[in-house]
Amino acid sequence: MSLLEVDDLSVTFARRGQRPVHAVDGVSFSVDAGEVVGLVGESGCGKSVTSLAIMGLLPKQPGLRVGGKAVFDGTDLLQLDDRSRRDIRGRDIAMIFQDPLSSLNPVIPIGLQVTEVLTRHRGMKGDAAAKEAAALLDRVGIPDPKRRLKEYPHQLSGGMRQRALIAMAVACQPRLLIADEPTTALDVTIQAQILELLKELVRDSGTALLMITHDLGVVAGMVDTVNVLYGGRVVETARRRPLFREPRHPYTVGLLGSVPRLDAGRGEKLNPIPGSVRDLLPWPDGCAFAPRCARRIDDCVGQPPELVHTYDGRSYRCVNPEPVPGTVPAPREEEPA
Amino acid sequence: MSDNDILVEVRDLKVHFPIKRGVLFDRVVGHVKAVDGVDLSIPRGKTYGLVGESGCGKSTLGRALLQLNPPTSGEVSFDGVELTTLPPGKLRTMRRRMQMIFQDPMSSLDPRQNVESILTEGLQTHGIGTDRTDRRRIIGETLDAVGLPRWALSRYPHEFSGGQRQRIGIARALVLGPELIVADEPVSALDVSIQAQVVNLLDELQDSLGLTYLVIAHDLAVVRHISDTVGVMYLGALVEEAPSDRLYTEPLHPYTRALMSAVPVPDPDVEDRRERILLAGDLPSPANPPSGCRFHTRCPWAQPTRCADERPALREIGASRVACHFAERIASGELRPHQVSVQIVRPEGEGESPGVVSAPSEPGSYV
Repeated sequence: MSLLEVDDLSVTFARRGQRPVHAVDGVSFSVDAGEVVGLVGESGCGKSVTSLAIMGLLPKQPGLRVGGKAVFDGTDLLQLDDRSRRDIRGRDIAMIFQDPLSSLNPVIPIGLQVTEVLTRHRGMKGDAAAKEAAALLDRVGIPDPKRRLKEYPHQLSGGMRQRALIAMAVACQPRLLIADEPTTALDVTIQAQILELLKELVRDSGTALLMITHDLGVVAGMVDTVNVLYGGRVVETARRRPLFREPRHPYTVGLLGSVPRLDAGRGEKLNPIPGSVRDLLPWPDGCAFAPRCARRIDDCVGQPPELVHTYDGRSYRCVNPEPVPGTVPAPREEEPA
Repeated sequence: MSDNDILVEVRDLKVHFPIKRGVLFDRVVGHVKAVDGVDLSIPRGKTYGLVGESGCGKSTLGRALLQLNPPTSGEVSFDGVELTTLPPGKLRTMRRRMQMIFQDPMSSLDPRQNVESILTEGLQTHGIGTDRTDRRRIIGETLDAVGLPRWALSRYPHEFSGGQRQRIGIARALVLGPELIVADEPVSALDVSIQAQVVNLLDELQDSLGLTYLVIAHDLAVVRHISDTVGVMYLGALVEEAPSDRLYTEPLHPYTRALMSAVPVPDPDVEDRRERILLAGDLPSPANPPSGCRFHTRCPWAQPTRCADERPALREIGASRVACHFAERIASGELRPHQVSVQIVRPEGEGESPGVVSAPSEPGSYV
């Protein structure tokens, strides 16, 4: 049994007079303790909505429907009432967001925001809490933590803010950390610092990490199992190395071909995916990626492609996948005459 | 290379912004040295890439080059014409030959103008095309060049996707038939699959129209992909300039090395093998830059002599230009990196002099 088991999660936003939007459509994946799992995709693929749904952070509005299951250590997070969900949030599951400035309260000192978590979940007060908060800031590499505790978010640099956010997230030694584009707003050298810090936390404390990102470079550096999302569905799941070595879904192939590589020779043309996410097909009518797909065949349209499972936990959702490079489809054995 | 091959030449360009304080009377209490002494030249038909982290002055440099921000001092010559002393009227006619592409197409296009009006405005200002049909023809050709359909003319920016909007921004720059295009973060607001489309488009346009580009971006992989020469900026100055192939294979400046090692590569085998040079701390404030070499406060190779008190000039080493006193000895492996303790970077106005921050923490740790 995995630590987090997401099964057939779907999120639909409906508005009067408009077609409902299926932001997440039957997403399933699992996260084991001490594992780094990635949700990868471009904007609008449903990766952030998935994480918000798991955390119960989607805004409560009339047209919102969340279906499926998200079982964390035996309890279905989606069925919890607000009170018990608040107990789990911050203690067992914590989240780091993309933009540290907008996820910190600008009028409250950093110290108070960190101790709030400690007070709520660990019952610490006064000096003990302040001491622990300083220790946490120190642990995530914020210099001069005692002084920082009294400062406000705007007095910290972007990298420091993200560190403060991570300090809050790890304050209760959560068993699962959800990081939604944690380094997208940061410069590369700061990004390297933060990624190194996250890796260290996973290694030292056995925390599971659900990493949501669009950056394939980040994925290559730290994720164990990768789920590639497109149009609200998981189109390919694989371990890190097999995914990069032999991607099977044409969308994964396209993504890898689109990224300019620092170590590639110059003058190599990029192979972009034609079109944009807008011209997608609704899944019930066929593969949502079909309008942009180079390997499109007639079978792609009509019904949604099934998830095909292969060896080693790999799976992809495609009727005409990329052949594995270096292997020819095994020749049919001739009957000996 | 003969002199007339150079389209743009920048000499000792400085852009300083005053910091003002006071309730009734503004008094200048200091300057943010956004660009502080940059020399560079761009040959005609080539692409110069400018990289650096946020706050290093790369965008200001691009804008100062087009005289969108008046430079504090220095010279910018475009095709032999000195722009900094040009009267406004003449400058405006020169603008036809140098155009800009912005980062965020949504905020750089007027939401109330349709595409035709966006594209016609520049033509009218510069008096290109004899009448409406002639202008329509020019616009039509431009749309074809950037890969937008003709029906786009009557549409408004919000009706397009991000990638298409960026194409409109490119079309607006192209329609005047410029020679130089300054592209400030042209693809960073776009998704990867769309990013590649725009990068390829810029490449194709350069081939067919012989354009000269100055591409400003923080994404090293993108810049290296499209540029012939790459300049790396740190705190308002170039620290290294090299042909784009060499920059990755033989980075000479310690900052370039750190930057290169920090960029994630989408290949697990490479990622697992490579060694990261993690820089300690953040970028110091450009209002109060460190003395000597600006990078010495974060440099893992900083030496007790020269680095803290002598500002290195760009020197030619092979095909590159590097601003580091010890570049050769670092490249040969004679100098080894050492641990740098994180220095506290105070936000502006907290009055901590950068003099306290300094060279290596353990004096014995370097060779």
